[in-house]
Amino acid sequence: MKKVALFGNPNTGKSSIFNRLTGLNQRVGNFPGVTVDKQYGTLKIHDQQLSIVDFPGTYSIYPRSEDEQVVYDVLNNASHADFPEIAVVVTDASNLERNLLLFTQIYDTGIPTILVLNMTDIAAKNGIRIDINKLQSHFPETLIVRSNARIGTGKNELLEAIISKSGAKKSEAKSAPISLGDLTAQSADTAKRFEKIGAILKEVTRTEAVKEKNYSTSRLDRILVHPVFGYLIFFSILLLIFQSVFTFASYPMDLIDAGFSSLSEFTSANLPEGLLTRLLSEGIIPGIGGVVIFIPQIALLFFLLAILEETGYMARVVFIMDKLMRPFGLNGKSVVPLISSAACAIPGVMATRTIHSRAERLTTILVAPLMSCSARIPVYTLLIALVIPERTVLGVFNLQGLVLFAMYALGLTAALLVALVIKQFFKRGKERSVFLLELPAYKAPRWGNVGLEVWQKVKIFVTDAGKIILAISIILWALASFGPGNKMESEAARIEKPVEGNEVSQEAYNEKVASVKLENSYIGILGKGIEPVIRPLGYDWKIGISLLTSFAAREVFVGSLATIYSVHQEDEEPKLLIEKMRSEKRADGTPVYSLATGASLLVFYAFAMQCMATLAIVKRETKSWKWPLIQLAYMGVLAYLGALITYQIFS
Amino acid sequence: MQTLDKATLGKQITIASITESDLKPRLLEMGLYEGKIVKVLFRAPFGDPIAVDVDGYVLSMRLDEARMVQITDLVQA
Repeated sequence: MKKVALFGNPNTGKSSIFNRLTGLNQRVGNFPGVTVDKQYGTLKIHDQQLSIVDFPGTYSIYPRSEDEQVVYDVLNNASHADFPEIAVVVTDASNLERNLLLFTQIYDTGIPTILVLNMTDIAAKNGIRIDINKLQSHFPETLIVRSNARIGTGKNELLEAIISKSGAKKSEAKSAPISLGDLTAQSADTAKRFEKIGAILKEVTRTEAVKEKNYSTSRLDRILVHPVFGYLIFFSILLLIFQSVFTFASYPMDLIDAGFSSLSEFTSANLPEGLLTRLLSEGIIPGIGGVVIFIPQIALLFFLLAILEETGYMARVVFIMDKLMRPFGLNGKSVVPLISSAACAIPGVMATRTIHSRAERLTTILVAPLMSCSARIPVYTLLIALVIPERTVLGVFNLQGLVLFAMYALGLTAALLVALVIKQFFKRGKERSVFLLELPAYKAPRWGNVGLEVWQKVKIFVTDAGKIILAISIILWALASFGPGNKMESEAARIEKPVEGNEVSQEAYNEKVASVKLENSYIGILGKGIEPVIRPLGYDWKIGISLLTSFAAREVFVGSLATIYSVHQEDEEPKLLIEKMRSEKRADGTPVYSLATGASLLVFYAFAMQCMATLAIVKRETKSWKWPLIQLAYMGVLAYLGALITYQIFS
Repeated sequence: MQTLDKATLGKQITIASITESDLKPRLLEMGLYEGKIVKVLFRAPFGDPIAVDVDGYVLSMRLDEARMVQITDLVQA
């Protein structure tokens, strides 16, 4: 298969061209040896199969961040698996000078090139006229194609160019590549190239004076980066995003939830009883449900974020937030992932891709799950209803509401403080934090790109993180469904049988059996085993079991407690559960759920990494188990110490 | 010599040189080479970063990055 590579500066419409060439035939893979994702796709023209690789957008072939390394590696190694037969260099025709730097570097490697002059409409609007024939005469070995990815012209011309180039052989390199460490030589080379490019452009382009150059963009910028309105607008947009992810995603999520539980009931009712049926109905189906449930949030969030990115607004957000985030070792680009994490950490972690500095990206990923996500809400509401009295403080505030707000504030504060601590660790790293960001002109979003972005993100989550989530949920199910020996059965058999025909007593019996079984399962034994460790936090073994089971997802805490206390779980209002929990007494007669224990649990859930789905996506994004494990460990320590201190203060 | 971080808003200036550092090739690649005429367009709310018009596109940079760019006022030709 012929290999075609796409190169280009950021914001040149390179990805639009890639999307138009490959459509839904694109995949995500890895470049050997590096963590950056490889976007590639296939295309068939005239019975010829082509593989197209979209390389990361760079300003030069010399890498200035880890992500960009792959461009240099591939271009300078003819035996590299991704070494292209044809290099398509996409340029922004309205800003040819800077764009031609990368082109001349690639042209000089001798790889057959196609030069795409994209965004010719903007160039024309800015009064730039380009003489293609003259430009061609300076680069005789390339083919020049004009295109406008926005309105969709130039695709056929590009395809024709690729076909006509497909026989071309690599020619002798016109200049030897400079070694990566030799910055002085690179600077000298760049300066020399710009001198040459300047001379060529003087001959090739003609700029007519236009009155309305960038008029709308600079007018919009006056408002959008304004010290007052800029932040007001940004926070309103954030609120809107947050609200819509929060509210709109809940409808499909409820449907998915209901759908999977009825599917699970259906299988257990209609398949022959046995281990396989239980594995299917209690392990695999809910496990898949646990993956699918996140899709609405991921899709909705990336739909909105892609629009912000496409319009060019995202760069302005980074611009106005950078100074505020810098003291914490974060970047202006960390803001959106962190805020997204207040809905759900999974899309938040996935949204860190745009952060080029590895240290800043890792910091953002590591602290993102400290933001209070929506899965914590059922836990918070239960605990707050349980131990925080319902009363008004300072005349207007509802105390329970205040505590809920405090939990969000606690999450945000912890995230920023931990980032500050992580900064000390990364300080010794040699990578400098570089900002240098292009503020692209505002434009309408290309819906095709938005759609493909959503599709990509959902696909990555389902295929990469989904496997891990499914595996862990099956393990958790097995731990909760089986126990050593036949103690689960023998203990369950000792429960008094219900009165025949009495539905109420049958139900109560079932709940008691479930409770006893959970208590004697492996996870129940583990929960009892950790009791000495969690006693200083004010917890007993029943809470211990719930802590372990809610590793699947935080909200499972509520369901587990309901099982343990043999309460029939009601859908929305856990009133019965709260009553039951209130009446729980310790050996000395004091209530189990005192204010101290409740507050300690609240803090524990604010800090603990009780979410396997997030761990799975962190593994996917960092391409190693090292970071999710570090995250699990530090958040665990933080949760334990935080809960310990809270318990000691309140008791 | 004056540096880009202290340039007056909206005034055309010429880039004289760039401080030797690991950032130099990067700044050059963004089009900030010797003799290039640029203009600071606006500053972020806390004065940092700044947005610079580099003939055709807008580049935003932090003040400590702009400090590495030496400038001279554009002399009317």
